[in-house]
Amino acid sequence: MYFKKTVFVSICVGFIIISCTKLEEGSKTSTKIDNTPKGQASVVDEESDRNILQIAISSDAHTTLVKAVEAANIEHVLVNAGPLTVFAPTNDAFNDLPKQLVDKLLKPENRAELSQVLTLHAAPGTFDIAALTKAAVKERDLYMATGHYLSISNSNGVITVNDAKILSTIEASNGIIHVVDKVFLPNPKNQ
Amino acid sequence: MKNSIKHLLFFVSAVSLFTSACSKTDSNRGALSSSVAEDVYVAPGEHDDYYAFLSGGYSGNLTVYGLPSGRMFKEIPVFSQFPTSGYGYSEETIPLLNTSHGFIPWDDLHHPDISQTEGEIDGRWIFVNGNNTPRIARISLSTFETEEIIEIPNSAGNHSSSFVTENTEYVVAGTRFSVPVPQQDISINEYKSNFKGAISFIKVDPETGRMNIEFQIILPGFNYDLAHPGRGKSHGWMFFSTYNTEEANSLLEVNASQNDKDFIAAINWKKAEEYMNAGKFKVMPAEYAHNVYDEHTHSATSVMKTSVRVLDPADNPGIVYFLPTPKSPHGVDVDPTGEYIIGSGKLSASLTAHSFTNMKNAIDENRFDGDAYGIPIIDYDYSVGGTVEQAGLGPLHTEFDERGNAYTTFFISSEVVKWKVGTWEVIDRKPTYYSVGHIMIPGGNSRKPYGKYAVAMNKITKDRYLPTGPEMEHSAQLYDISGDKMKLLLDFPTHGEPHYAAGAPADIIKPNSKKFYKLEDNKHPYAVKSEGETRLERDGKVVHVYMSTIRSHFSPDNIEGIKVGDTVFFHITNLEQDFDVPHGVAMIGANTSELLIMPGQTKTFRWEPKKVGVWPFYCTDFCSALHQEMQGYVRVSAENSNIKLSWTLDGE
Repeated sequence: MYFKKTVFVSICVGFIIISCTKLEEGSKTSTKIDNTPKGQASVVDEESDRNILQIAISSDAHTTLVKAVEAANIEHVLVNAGPLTVFAPTNDAFNDLPKQLVDKLLKPENRAELSQVLTLHAAPGTFDIAALTKAAVKERDLYMATGHYLSISNSNGVITVNDAKILSTIEASNGIIHVVDKVFLPNPKNQ
Repeated sequence: MKNSIKHLLFFVSAVSLFTSACSKTDSNRGALSSSVAEDVYVAPGEHDDYYAFLSGGYSGNLTVYGLPSGRMFKEIPVFSQFPTSGYGYSEETIPLLNTSHGFIPWDDLHHPDISQTEGEIDGRWIFVNGNNTPRIARISLSTFETEEIIEIPNSAGNHSSSFVTENTEYVVAGTRFSVPVPQQDISINEYKSNFKGAISFIKVDPETGRMNIEFQIILPGFNYDLAHPGRGKSHGWMFFSTYNTEEANSLLEVNASQNDKDFIAAINWKKAEEYMNAGKFKVMPAEYAHNVYDEHTHSATSVMKTSVRVLDPADNPGIVYFLPTPKSPHGVDVDPTGEYIIGSGKLSASLTAHSFTNMKNAIDENRFDGDAYGIPIIDYDYSVGGTVEQAGLGPLHTEFDERGNAYTTFFISSEVVKWKVGTWEVIDRKPTYYSVGHIMIPGGNSRKPYGKYAVAMNKITKDRYLPTGPEMEHSAQLYDISGDKMKLLLDFPTHGEPHYAAGAPADIIKPNSKKFYKLEDNKHPYAVKSEGETRLERDGKVVHVYMSTIRSHFSPDNIEGIKVGDTVFFHITNLEQDFDVPHGVAMIGANTSELLIMPGQTKTFRWEPKKVGVWPFYCTDFCSALHQEMQGYVRVSAENSNIKLSWTLDGE
């Protein structure tokens, strides 16, 4: 008897659920809110000057960096209004790091740490080569988005930031990219 | 047995539970049920289905809304100075507001109409009229900026405009207030013999949209109220409603309501073109401004015109006929087929539908009921194709859907009434809150309406919103008109006083919306293309500052050598080439507004420093993370000082 009742209840409840589901499927407006974590990075714009992320994605030498940015879920930072100066380590620069360190950083549970490493490569403001040269002369350290300061030096016209050499420079709509040959890692020396 | 009763009870309660659980999504589809909320809900990040352009009335501006959400996206300055962008304040846009009366920084914007191709809205431009100092403006639906304003001579109270013909051959303007033509110093009592009503046909260049007054037709001194184009079979005709055929010049609320019927003036503009081509016009001296904004120089120019070509209907038979229409018609609306011309006699209880076919036959068969100043009056009984009897009180304006239905607003009885074209039967009526003026269905004044929504624009708000003191923004109401019965979906506030509106499916306009101006195309004489070109030039007491902006600084940002008594022009080019990244600029003590400069654009403001000192300027638009750092200084020295003109950025 008890068993029969239970079945009956289950059927009735099942009926309710199915009916309601059908009604909701039938209603006109989908109320799905898809606030993608990529934020502004999901904006499609083929006309404007390219932003830092778009340039990085188009560069064969920066596939590791782009992979890391995606893993850290911070694409939106690189498409924000800025202005930002981004030091973009090449794939070779990442290859120079211990492999286990890169693998560790790319693990989902270490997203915060990865984000910190990447953010250390971004400085608020537009610092072109002239501005960095000037900073080197004036011995002004560069304030990074993590709160760290990086030192800038100029040896015979080659600018180095935190011992990383600037290999080339690309202007972006929301700032500037300096391609560098080393990955910056947060350590007490930098703080 | 007992058990089965129990089961039955359980089943009943389960079903009732089901009913109550699901009723929220299914029943009560009235104004307050949640399903109505869903009908207007546009999820965050999603786009509306339609654009709606609402007249801003006495704000002088045009507002852009989305439907069905009722969200306002933009206010486009047209006839009024607008500090939000610097329109009418920047040196480049001041000429747009020039008229034969000088610089007029305001007007009363009435009736937007979107350009058409083959009777369908094409989404290229929107035309609007200034009622007070008669003007017509053309707004680009690519930049959403005012590109051109032309003044209308021999006109006053430019109300029956700015409606386009079905291939945008012309945009028309008709005078609400008849005036002496040409203007002269005479007694107002001489109204009946000397006051005339000018109807203007303004040619629109099919490529550029540029306007030119092709001809005017001088009509009797009535009040010309609204207009709509013939379409399809009636293409080539334009219809104007009139009131005050009594030709009263005082206490019109009584004296202009004496005649049982006023007229709809039917103008055969193709016939008028023939007379123009045959040289049957007179050239009349006139003074009116034609102001054009160039997207590449980012600057407007104003040219004063000195004559207009005029056609007199007495010398050119067959261009104008009068259709008698009861009681001071306001709206004159043509159904999508072009067969019926609906007159909304605002003091009449019924609507009059003239048949275009009947009108043509009456003309061919000389079925006239006399004439007014030589213009034939068509016998009412021959032209009328039907009437909607006792539809409501105070009909004003009718729009149409693509299913043969018409929707008329009634001011006095505060309602929208749906009726069937051809059978003239009333199908539905819904109250509006309160005192509705115009109504708009996207494409509702074209061969191809998109009859999903209707927007009713109300004059009175009262208790519809949280009170905001004695003055309330007017309210609009959105109806779903896709079913047999209209359904009220939404109230939303409008800006200024919307007199009329035009709408279009988003897909017609959205793909053409410009993202930014290309710097390489910038032909402004004071533009700079890079920071390297920024500089100052002095010419006597005039100083030109060639300045640039890019995230997040001005170049130059330190200026010295300006003197009291100088006139300083700041020409600022925004070097950004990125969608939606304007920079602003404001200077302490400048007798003007801030400017908002779009990427790739150059704008200029004038500053006449009156005090010695060091004066800052700054970016007014939160452009970037370092916006608050975007500033500069100008040192102003005494008039007789020897400080040399100099400018720097970061000390260089």
